[in-house]
Amino acid sequence: MATGKVVFTVGADVSTDIIYPGRFMATVLPTETPKFAFADHAEFNKALTSGQVAPGSILVGGLNFGCGSSREQAASCLKGHGLVIVARSFARIFLQNAINVGLSMVICPGIEAEVGDTLEIADGRVVNVTRGGTFAIEPLPRARQAILDAGGLVPYVRRLVLEQPARR
Amino acid sequence: MAMTYVQKLLAHACGKPSVAIGDVLEPPVHLAMSHENAALVINQFQEIYAGTGREPNVWNPDRIAIIFDHRVPAESSKTATNQKKVREFVGRQGIRKFHDVRGDVGGICHQVLPENGYVRPGMVVVGTDSHTTTHGALGAFAFGIGATEMAAVWALGRALNVEVPATIRVDVNGAPGPGVYPKDVVLHLIRTLTAEGASYRVLEFHGEAIRTMSTSGRLVLCNMSVEAGATAGVVPPDAETERYLRGHAGVTDALELLAPDPGAEYERVVTIDASRLEPQVACPHAVDNVKPVGEVSGRKVQQVVLGSCTNGRLDDLEVAARILKGRRVADGTRMIVFPASWRIWREAMAKGVLADLAAAGAVVCNPGCGPCLGVHQGALGDGETALATTNRNFKGRMGNPTGEVYLCSSAVAAASAIAGEIVDPRGVL
Ligand code: SF4
Repeated sequence: MATGKVVFTVGADVSTDIIYPGRFMATVLPTETPKFAFADHAEFNKALTSGQVAPGSILVGGLNFGCGSSREQAASCLKGHGLVIVARSFARIFLQNAINVGLSMVICPGIEAEVGDTLEIADGRVVNVTRGGTFAIEPLPRARQAILDAGGLVPYVRRLVLEQPARR
Repeated sequence: MAMTYVQKLLAHACGKPSVAIGDVLEPPVHLAMSHENAALVINQFQEIYAGTGREPNVWNPDRIAIIFDHRVPAESSKTATNQKKVREFVGRQGIRKFHDVRGDVGGICHQVLPENGYVRPGMVVVGTDSHTTTHGALGAFAFGIGATEMAAVWALGRALNVEVPATIRVDVNGAPGPGVYPKDVVLHLIRTLTAEGASYRVLEFHGEAIRTMSTSGRLVLCNMSVEAGATAGVVPPDAETERYLRGHAGVTDALELLAPDPGAEYERVVTIDASRLEPQVACPHAVDNVKPVGEVSGRKVQQVVLGSCTNGRLDDLEVAARILKGRRVADGTRMIVFPASWRIWREAMAKGVLADLAAAGAVVCNPGCGPCLGVHQGALGDGETALATTNRNFKGRMGNPTGEVYLCSSAVAAASAIAGEIVDPRGVL
């Protein structure tokens, strides 16, 4: 179980251009991407980069969160701040990137929450402690669970590589 | 079991008699494409091998394509250094489908792949770019993935944990009238489906208007399928596919022309009567915010962008040049042209198309992504409005969060450049 405070909310169809604008795409390393998270939302970006947002804080998203470009920076920049994403639904590539890089996220189709609310994320549900309400969590696509269980795609594939006969 | 096109393709690729929707497969990858973000893929690839005692060598260099297009020539030392790192890796690994910053073989990845015959019907294609859906136009199952996922493909040669997607069948009937193009068809479709209406689904295109459509137009439909959230768009291959691959892309080996089974199960069928369509425009800041051009005409535009992996092909440039020839881009409006590849650039040059565009006042840039993703070659000023033949109009997409981007066909773009405001191109055709 995890408990966190909602620090930011967004509506439907928030694209990776909003999460991580294209002009910063030459920056690729997960150690460097966090400073450009939500760069065009100056206040939120400032809060993130000045250390005012505690790890485990929650960003609440609408439908189709992370649509658009496949840029993995959009997932790694949020992970760098230790954010947990609770969204009504995620775009396919973003969801996979999030699992692959180990960004915490929860699919919660009915979520209702405002900035400042405290959410409790437990097995199968999200509880809005501040204003009441319990919202069901939708399980991840089952094909992806194994990667999550391995702690991300890099360790998952590393194991598969070691199982292969040595090449060349 | 009666199967959709992608079901059949995946069954074939995996050597199974049939696959059901929802089955989890690990299909072999026939082509793995990256652009400048290969720099991150390399990083993750080396990370996978760290501490394994194995050499980080790719599974098959001939199945990897790397194209520099997003920032060419490099706009910053950072990009130049990323490109240098990728160039060195490509050399070490013996990757030959590498398209550097060059006027002979360069271009945007989603044009370079088709025109070089790298994509064939029946292939499984993955790319670290969401518009990898483009390649479904040639009968491939082509979808976008992230960089770490690509690193896994480089290591293993297969796509991990692919769930066989459900398919939405799109029937496009009738012949589009003058001034109406594949871009108008797909914008109308995205409005119908909404930005997430095809999420985790495949769009399979059929109908008279598709059968008579050139590969260039089919690439537009599949390119923008992802804007309805689709995993992939696909046109089952036919005589036109064969014509393009043989006549244009230099393919000589046998082609595998699969077809969906009669009675295949489609989750939904969307029917479009192309003969009744008007030119369409997607309004800020969502690709599904689509209106007939008449409803937005009169909107002043400061920047018109003609090009991209969506509408930067020879036919697009020709349509625009026909409209612009002997006319003038309006004062107060700048028009930027970036063809989809250098091959197209040279063809357009030879035909006098580029000269006509420049003589009308357009700035013809080098092929590449240019202003499409807001990195260089044409950012918007504060509060400015752009009209573009590209595929995304998200807030901030063209480099300025206070700017607005409208999306349209090449004809709407050219006609509007002359007027300095959005107009219906049917008045000047
Ligand atoms: S032209 Fe635009 S949409 Fe196409 S690959 Fe380049 S950045 Fe992406």
